[in-house]
Amino acid sequence: MASNSSDRQRVAQHRLRIITGHLQRPADGDADIQAAECKAQETKPNVASSEGRTMPRRRQEIMKWNGWGYSDSKFLYNKKGQAEFTGKRYKLSGLIIPALKDWMEGTFGASLQHKTPATPILNTSAVQPPTLNEAFVDEIKSTGIPFSHDPEDRVFRAHGHCLHEIFALREGKIGRVPDMVIWPSCHNDVVKIVELACKHNVCLIPFGGGTSVSSALECPPEETRTIVSLDTSQMNRILWIDEKNLTAHVEAGIIGQDLERLLNESGYCTGHEPDSMEFSSLGGWVATRASGMKKNIYGNIEDLVVHVKMVTPRGVIEKGCQGPRMSTGPDIHHFIMGSEGTLGVVTEVTMKIRPIPEYQKYGSVVFPNFEQGVACLREVARQRCAPASIRLMDNEQFQFGHALKPQVSSIFTSFLDGLKKFYITKFKGFDSNRLCVATLLFEGDREKVLQHEKQVYDIAAKFGGLAAGEDNGQRGYMLTFVIAYLRDLGMDYYVIGESFETSVPWDRVLDICRNVKARIVRECKDKGVQFPPLSTCRVTQTYDAGACVYFYFAFNYRGLSDPVHVYEQVEHAAREEILANGGSLSHHHGVGKLRKEWMRETVSDVGLGMIKSVKDYVDPNNIFGNRNLL
Amino acid sequence: MASKAVYLHRDPMLKKRDDFEDILEERRRSSDLRYALRCYTPLLYKGLTPFRADELKTMVLQSDQLQYVINQVSKQTSVTADEVEAEAAAILEEMAHHLQISTIRFFAFVLSKVFKTLFRSVCVNEEGVQRLQQAIQEHPVVLLPSHRSYMDFLLMSYILYTYDLPLPVIAAGMDFMGMKIVGEMLRMSGAFFIRRSFGGDKLYWAVFSEYVRVMVKIGFAPVEFFLEGTRSRTAKSLTPKLGLLNIVMEPFLKGELFDVSLVPVSISYERVLEEVLYARELLGVPKPKESTSGLFKARKVLSEDYGSIHVYFGQPVSVRSLAEGRVNRSQFNLMPRHIPRKPGEEVQSFVNDSAYRLVRAQEENMVLKPWVLLAVLLLQDQAAGDGRGTSLDELTERAVWLRDLCRQFGAFLHWPDHMIPSQVVSSSLSLHRGLVRISEGRVQLALDQGAEARRPLGAATPEEELLNRAVIVLSCASYRNQALHVFIRPALLASAIQTASSNQKQDVYNSFSFLRNMFSNEFILSPGAAVQDFEEACYLLVKSGALQINQQEVLVTETGQKTLTFLTSSLDPFLQGYQMVCRFLCEEASEGLTEKRFVPAIRKFIVQHLLTGRLRHAEVLSSDLQKNALAALLRLGAVRKLRGRGEEQLEVNKVMVNSLEDTLGGNLPTQKAVVARL
Repeated sequence: MASNSSDRQRVAQHRLRIITGHLQRPADGDADIQAAECKAQETKPNVASSEGRTMPRRRQEIMKWNGWGYSDSKFLYNKKGQAEFTGKRYKLSGLIIPALKDWMEGTFGASLQHKTPATPILNTSAVQPPTLNEAFVDEIKSTGIPFSHDPEDRVFRAHGHCLHEIFALREGKIGRVPDMVIWPSCHNDVVKIVELACKHNVCLIPFGGGTSVSSALECPPEETRTIVSLDTSQMNRILWIDEKNLTAHVEAGIIGQDLERLLNESGYCTGHEPDSMEFSSLGGWVATRASGMKKNIYGNIEDLVVHVKMVTPRGVIEKGCQGPRMSTGPDIHHFIMGSEGTLGVVTEVTMKIRPIPEYQKYGSVVFPNFEQGVACLREVARQRCAPASIRLMDNEQFQFGHALKPQVSSIFTSFLDGLKKFYITKFKGFDSNRLCVATLLFEGDREKVLQHEKQVYDIAAKFGGLAAGEDNGQRGYMLTFVIAYLRDLGMDYYVIGESFETSVPWDRVLDICRNVKARIVRECKDKGVQFPPLSTCRVTQTYDAGACVYFYFAFNYRGLSDPVHVYEQVEHAAREEILANGGSLSHHHGVGKLRKEWMRETVSDVGLGMIKSVKDYVDPNNIFGNRNLL
Repeated sequence: MASKAVYLHRDPMLKKRDDFEDILEERRRSSDLRYALRCYTPLLYKGLTPFRADELKTMVLQSDQLQYVINQVSKQTSVTADEVEAEAAAILEEMAHHLQISTIRFFAFVLSKVFKTLFRSVCVNEEGVQRLQQAIQEHPVVLLPSHRSYMDFLLMSYILYTYDLPLPVIAAGMDFMGMKIVGEMLRMSGAFFIRRSFGGDKLYWAVFSEYVRVMVKIGFAPVEFFLEGTRSRTAKSLTPKLGLLNIVMEPFLKGELFDVSLVPVSISYERVLEEVLYARELLGVPKPKESTSGLFKARKVLSEDYGSIHVYFGQPVSVRSLAEGRVNRSQFNLMPRHIPRKPGEEVQSFVNDSAYRLVRAQEENMVLKPWVLLAVLLLQDQAAGDGRGTSLDELTERAVWLRDLCRQFGAFLHWPDHMIPSQVVSSSLSLHRGLVRISEGRVQLALDQGAEARRPLGAATPEEELLNRAVIVLSCASYRNQALHVFIRPALLASAIQTASSNQKQDVYNSFSFLRNMFSNEFILSPGAAVQDFEEACYLLVKSGALQINQQEVLVTETGQKTLTFLTSSLDPFLQGYQMVCRFLCEEASEGLTEKRFVPAIRKFIVQHLLTGRLRHAEVLSSDLQKNALAALLRLGAVRKLRGRGEEQLEVNKVMVNSLEDTLGGNLPTQKAVVARL
């Protein structure tokens, strides 16, 4: 940590550049879409917002229809057999990643000779023609709200990013898709749509960023009514900013990067940075109880939300004031948060904002083993001095992160790397197959950050931790942004995988990590997987009473006739193992349809009954019929 | 039928078993000293962080579990926590092993000499050893040998040393500690000592359980203990004790370990060193206290031939797979795991079923020698016979018949097929010449020989003569008992067919289930597995051609009568014994009978019956049988313990005991007996 202050400033600015880089609007403008002026406008928003929207109505124009993220950004092996990341959007874009090939071959037994390319173009004839409720369509037409039954639009909104969903798309298999997509541009549009849907008994599925990993967006195949995907992406304005109370009132369709960028223009931020923030939407965060990387400073979504407006078949639900806390019976926000689109559409949210932090700094600590690392995180949590983000990666994930190091330009850097490695493994006696790394992100006043940094490093030292530089830290966070892109690369070469998460009391963290990882390995073996799987975890959030643990799991499926089924069985077993070891059903991914079967044991019979009775009251005809949760 | 998962129905004939290698062969050819000093580098558990024995103690004392109990005890007794901790440390000191490689080397040397003198061979299934080696690296391992002799744990450590496997730490009874030097030597070879009873002592239990748990959790070394709790004096497997099994399974159930491997080990002796000692003990001659000088006196055993030993390392059983679908592990989620809690019903029944399954796994891999079959036949003849014995030819012929039956029932029989049967028989008889007498080509038990040998002076009273004969009978019975697990289910079925009111399947099942229930303290019959046992018995008897079973009826075939008669008479001593116990309780039990006075009192009663010739089976004198019968009656509620002043008294429900006796004797159809449905 010997960098001088100007160095730090440089790095801080660099970081800000990266974030803005992440969030830059795409070059190809979308003027035609901006035309959708909200007809039901009551008050003029006092913040300029219709400028610079990232998400066009036709998302497939800038995003992959059968994979993660932007069409122009992806990993591939170039003609020399080296991995590279295309495009210009990310820090990694345009760079060669020399170690990735070896890592993929070594970890999965994958080989460049064995390719499994995806179907390149959506075969629209494979898409079921829409079953349309004509009366509904007619009335919608008369409202002037834009809608579409174009197959591409519909297919794009029929899935999230679960492995089985993407795998099916890559194979060109299309199941039940929405019959129609509709783009409201304000709260009142939504009110109209919901009224009409009730009137004509049409099924509505709200669609925000489409980054769900819980099968929440899958259309129930048994649904016979017209399914309308309600795409909130055009409700994306910041309606006002209240600097006295530090709140902002925002339309719920705004996606994370736009929200952050627009607030930054006014000198503010929400600080809510889930890994999916490039694409996920505010409404989606509320509906799934999302959690951000920097929750230690800013809080999770439930801490950030001050006021929510949701349109339900019974009408609009909202609180009557913006008091910071109330004792008024059960908090109605908690019916809304985590409702996963089963009760209505979140249209507007007032959320807390903060001034942009003066200073940001990455860091990392190497521990001799995972046990020591967990003990350190526990101590940091005990002393309540966690930085904005603190994550502990296990050895496998550390090596994974290492494999993503871009090609270094100077001999000097690679010499330095070698020296660092020598120091840690030879001089300090760390076993390179056991050591693990904690990545840190500090934020705030410069003074305080430096003070804070020292405090954390002092604690780490007590657990045998060695400071390992900002680079390692930063790369750790980059991993979470590109991991979803990497999955697409894996899928090109017989490797399938996914991540899943849980939260667990402190005393069980080590046990759950060990047991779930071992269970994955054992299940893969039992299910006939021919190659040892990648089974790795990180402790990704700390709380007073426990931690959030994130697992990555992937394997090479060559030789399996039904890889997705095997994958699902293993994931199922891993979830059982999590529950048996005292972990929760989900920390922030939500339940969707993927984890419904465990809801009863998770919230008890009575708990499930309570949720059900709310659903029965709010939406007796199951208009919001995505069948999540219950 | 809760335990369906535990007992998979399978064809016993298909049981594949490994071959044996004699480890003494090598010892007879090369230097014992070099063997004792050779390089010993076992492959250890992959997750092990090495600890010294004293670090282990600190870990135990500092553990959350123990600290919690220390604080609790301190609060309850108003002794300071430091003092309680000191007490805990003292308990640990008394208990802990002090495994040292030098001691092991010493034992390796001495035992090589001893084994070569005593035994013809020590045979080990090497594939089992390889499996064990694999298991040790993967997960913490618990070794569960059968317990027939003091030799058992020395032998186990010796074998593990021989195969370069990590040496086990062994739970041993405190009685060994009395043997001054030997106790310490055993401690240094990995034994840790536990008190036989510590009922209410919370602190002791906490120290002990935490000590074992820590060793399992860190995979310090394979933990070894005897499921049966003590040496079986009768060579029948004893009903398993659950305490230690509970402890070693807990780290898995609470998620502290991914898995634990349980490895049943079957040690079969052709002749047990303690053979006669056991018989006398069962007859009420008290067991000598273990002492070093006693051990030296026992060295005369060194001059005898004890045949061979077979050690079979069974298939490692994963606790995880045992618990799959049986135990909901999330029950431990809502309370800190270090707070001691009595295991819930689900866990208890799981541990119990697992224990039975493991003991059965031990039984299945016990090697049976031809002599065992001869003992079965000779005992039956003795009970039925006229005292003239059986001709050698007839014995051979029946032994061959029994051999085939055994094989059909899946027994692990070591019958040398390359020898002609008469040779097999005569060589078996000669190894056990202390127990049999052959004259004029007729064989019988050497009942009077025993008297001569043991009472050289003067004429004995009829009672003493009887006891001397009983020593021989019980010694012989201990061989027969080795084979009983093969026959027990078919034998129960055979007896049930005999006593059932009809040959309706349901009636036969009722009788079967009554008998099974009655004898479940006597034999390894897993609680709640009556249906499976019945099906297994039916399957075996149908397969051997003795029965035909259709939808409703159970029919004995013409050729099956012989099998059924054989089976019922092998159960006969037990049936009669239990009836005697019932009769005693009805006729003789006075007010104020205690459990302590029960055995001497009933012994007197039985001696009377034997002397007057009303009872033929001298083995009913076995205190083991009497205690088991009492335990069964207590379990069934026919006898109750009354808490009075001083000792607990036994209160006999005479109507019920009487009806049980009648049912056992086949005088009452089971379904009418009230007790049958208990």
